[in-house]
Amino acid sequence: MIELRDAAVVVDDPHGPVTLLEPVSLALPEHRIGIIGANGSGKSTLARLLNGLVEPSSGQVLVDGRDVVEDGREVRRRVGFVFTHPDAQLVMPTPVEDVTLSLRRTVRGRAERRRRALEVLDAIGLADRAEVSVHVLSGGQKQLLALAGVLATDPDVVVADEPTTLLDLRNSRQVADRLFALRQQLVLVTHDLDLARRCDRVLVVDSGRIVHDGPADAAVDHYVALCGETT
Amino acid sequence: MSQLLGVYRPGHTALHRMPVGPKLGALALWSVLVVATPGPYAAVGFLAGAIGVAVWSGLPLRRTLRTMRGLLIMLTIVGAFQTWQRGLDVAVAVTGDLLALFLMGLAFTATTAIDDLLTTIERGAGPLRHVGIRPERVALTFALVMRALPAVLEVAHETRSAARARGLERSPRALLVPFAIRTVAHAYATGDALHARGLAD
Repeated sequence: MIELRDAAVVVDDPHGPVTLLEPVSLALPEHRIGIIGANGSGKSTLARLLNGLVEPSSGQVLVDGRDVVEDGREVRRRVGFVFTHPDAQLVMPTPVEDVTLSLRRTVRGRAERRRRALEVLDAIGLADRAEVSVHVLSGGQKQLLALAGVLATDPDVVVADEPTTLLDLRNSRQVADRLFALRQQLVLVTHDLDLARRCDRVLVVDSGRIVHDGPADAAVDHYVALCGETT
Repeated sequence: MSQLLGVYRPGHTALHRMPVGPKLGALALWSVLVVATPGPYAAVGFLAGAIGVAVWSGLPLRRTLRTMRGLLIMLTIVGAFQTWQRGLDVAVAVTGDLLALFLMGLAFTATTAIDDLLTTIERGAGPLRHVGIRPERVALTFALVMRALPAVLEVAHETRSAARARGLERSPRALLVPFAIRTVAHAYATGDALHARGLAD
């Protein structure tokens, strides 16, 4: 389970310290958790805390009792991360090689790594694109490939930071359906309120604070009202 | 151009079957020979050899030439400049050597699965562990270098398109500044992604 204990993020700026996330304490046991909020509200910072991409300036972030700072390597084995822009996440020239790269830490033997990579690509619907250049994949396929690279390591949690923002409706639905079909816990940062409504619990972030935390419908309504107030 | 660079093409040629270590060693040795042997005749010979190896490795000729269009334009400019400054012999030697090296690199990546390459480099860099360098990081660095060229070319292409869309295609500032910023941003994003995948641990 993910747990935040007074976790805050403050960065130095030429004009003084800037708080990206106010101290927050919460436990996240639900299967699907949504994080919504305006641009620059701190939702990506919150998501990045969960696998140590951002370290808390104070407080603690724990995954199954392991501290993301002190035990980062083990935490990252358990928490996979999908970025908004898949291009930066795809390191290898072809899909099968990219997924194989994820497996190098855990699977010995080239043949076994390749077999497992093809298995993951098949499961995610990219088996017929396994050997093509990643550059010829569509945006949706790239995002699915990024997800495949994460799922190959069999994490317990998948954190996805606006994974559908850059996609058209068809690709967006395809990626979202894959994410919501995961047996792993899902933490989804999104601007898509329909997706947020499919979550078991939604956090609303505004100006570095969690201003609402609860069931999806109520949280989305709160966010819509918040946006109405500020426009 | 980025679509062909560094892409492995599965096949059954002798080059595909050749163990990665000796193949990498042969490529290194051949590259040194190309650079160390002066003269236009040697360059033409090396280029012919490289074309032969590229065809043998199964690289599709027409697509390869299309992929290399940018490089060929650049080599034409380099060749013209060298002819003007130092004569035809030097121009043939310089452009022939560069093209031969590029083609041989393509043939190597087209016949070598990255996973095999990483394993070989990791094994080769094994002794470095004793001086505090982790072999898997050395291998990952090689992989990133191979990925970097097509990625940077893609950034350049996008930057040029963006400048053209704003009618600024002739402005070096509108090309170079965003290109540099976006390349650095891409490097940061790649670092984040590697970190998130636990590959930098």
